[in-house]
Amino acid sequence: MPFRNPSASQIQAIKAAVFLLCCLPAARLAFGWFDGTLGANPIEAITHSTGEWTLRMLLITLAVTPLRRMTGLHWLLRLRRMLGLFAFAYASLHFSTYVWLDLYFDWNAIALDILERPFITVGFAAFVLLIPLAATSNGYAIRRMGGRQWQALHRSVYGIAILAIVHYWWLVKADLLKPIIYASILAALLAARAWWRELERRRQLATPPASPGFKGKVIRIVPK
Amino acid sequence: MLIKRPSDIPPSEITPRELFDNRRRFIRDAGLLTVAGLTGLGGLNANAFAATSGQSLGPLLASPFSTDEEQTDLKSVTSYNNFYEFGTDKTDPLANAHKMQVRPWTVSVEGLAGKPRTFDIDDLIKLAPLEERIYRLRCVEAWSMVVPWVGFPLAALLKEVDPLGSAKYVEFVTHYDPEIMLRRPVIDWPYTEGLRMDEAMHPLTLLSFGLYGEVLPNQNGAPVRLVVPWKYGFKSIKSLVTIRLVENEPATAWNKAAPQEYGFYSNVNPEVSHPRWSQATERRIGELRRRPTLMFNGYADQVASLYQGMDLKKHY
Repeated sequence: MPFRNPSASQIQAIKAAVFLLCCLPAARLAFGWFDGTLGANPIEAITHSTGEWTLRMLLITLAVTPLRRMTGLHWLLRLRRMLGLFAFAYASLHFSTYVWLDLYFDWNAIALDILERPFITVGFAAFVLLIPLAATSNGYAIRRMGGRQWQALHRSVYGIAILAIVHYWWLVKADLLKPIIYASILAALLAARAWWRELERRRQLATPPASPGFKGKVIRIVPK
Repeated sequence: MLIKRPSDIPPSEITPRELFDNRRRFIRDAGLLTVAGLTGLGGLNANAFAATSGQSLGPLLASPFSTDEEQTDLKSVTSYNNFYEFGTDKTDPLANAHKMQVRPWTVSVEGLAGKPRTFDIDDLIKLAPLEERIYRLRCVEAWSMVVPWVGFPLAALLKEVDPLGSAKYVEFVTHYDPEIMLRRPVIDWPYTEGLRMDEAMHPLTLLSFGLYGEVLPNQNGAPVRLVVPWKYGFKSIKSLVTIRLVENEPATAWNKAAPQEYGFYSNVNPEVSHPRWSQATERRIGELRRRPTLMFNGYADQVASLYQGMDLKKHY
């Protein structure tokens, strides 16, 4: 099974391919902008597209762990950092489109939007909260922070994904079909984690202490 | 007239749009007539072909209400539409609205009228001389266009049915056919709208049959729609089948969907934000920078008096 245990060079090739794939939506927008094929309202088209790709990249990143667990393809984990950084890249494009193309650095209007319009407040919060995750997406930060702390910080991505969905949900005028689809996918991804955590808790509760002579205290990794 | 073309092409080299279309139409109609002849369908008459979108509506009167601002290009006007019955993306109506049959078509004008009547669309269009009205169109989503509509004042039609004194409002209903339109209840179909009687009788309020001098494309609300230029675009209801004179303020589709966001009046007002976004500025389609939104979409001189003494923050 070549896909079960790819070699280092195969991983490199897969990474390069995924990288190029993730660049495609941005490339298509850039091309469309200069080619004039983004429709009657190109700024709106870019805003919507970069926003939707942020959401998709977030969900794909969050799908890595469940997918790895279900398929046993552990090397998938090695794509996760790149996928997460692409989510941040599209969020940055989305935010810059809004600040630059849409409102053209009208800081007054931007500040009012962030303060007064809940869907923008929530979207802005999600973007700001992504920044520390992107900044610590490297081996150096993991070593410096220690694995446990690093992981605690990066678990905030669950909350960020929820904020991103809420941002979309509140923006839509009447047709909630797409926000509902994204929300369902996120719910499934989070539910899978909750379920596995529960299974792990039960397994630990059912396992008796290691040996009859064990005198120490049993520390449960997974709390109640 | 309105057709802009680069000056370096001698006019003699340009095939007039009408001729060009006529050639194509002749080829198509010849085929249709053959089919009709073979199958014994006798009902096809000249009017059936008058329904073709893109066909010229003939000489039009100019209007003092027209703006001289640069007109939004025809492609944008006909490819960037909100017509939720055909899908909620801006490009969905262009892709799907061709399924709608706009002939035969009748418009029933009913309710509190001395002479209620159902109009055949081909009689309706001849009720008053057709004018060209170049209006600004401001969507509630903060984009705008400048569209050269063709039509006549709604007042001309309403006078025809002799409204009773008790008629205080006018209710409008869009055609709804679940066979070809969205079935998901995104909003409560059929789409309905309403105006106060004085708004409906206002000379700016247009019953429109065309744009850019030609028959309305389906995605723009063929065969007949309303244009109320000082209100957000969703008030300008498309593909009309019923006009009802009523005593009380009628329910309107967007107001029912989100009452705190879309009021009955929905006058363009830069000072009253939509609860979720600002209405202070807008993007004119074809432009990159936003421009300030004008009170009553720039028609304050004509319509502000209709709302004297009203709190427009309350009656948004």
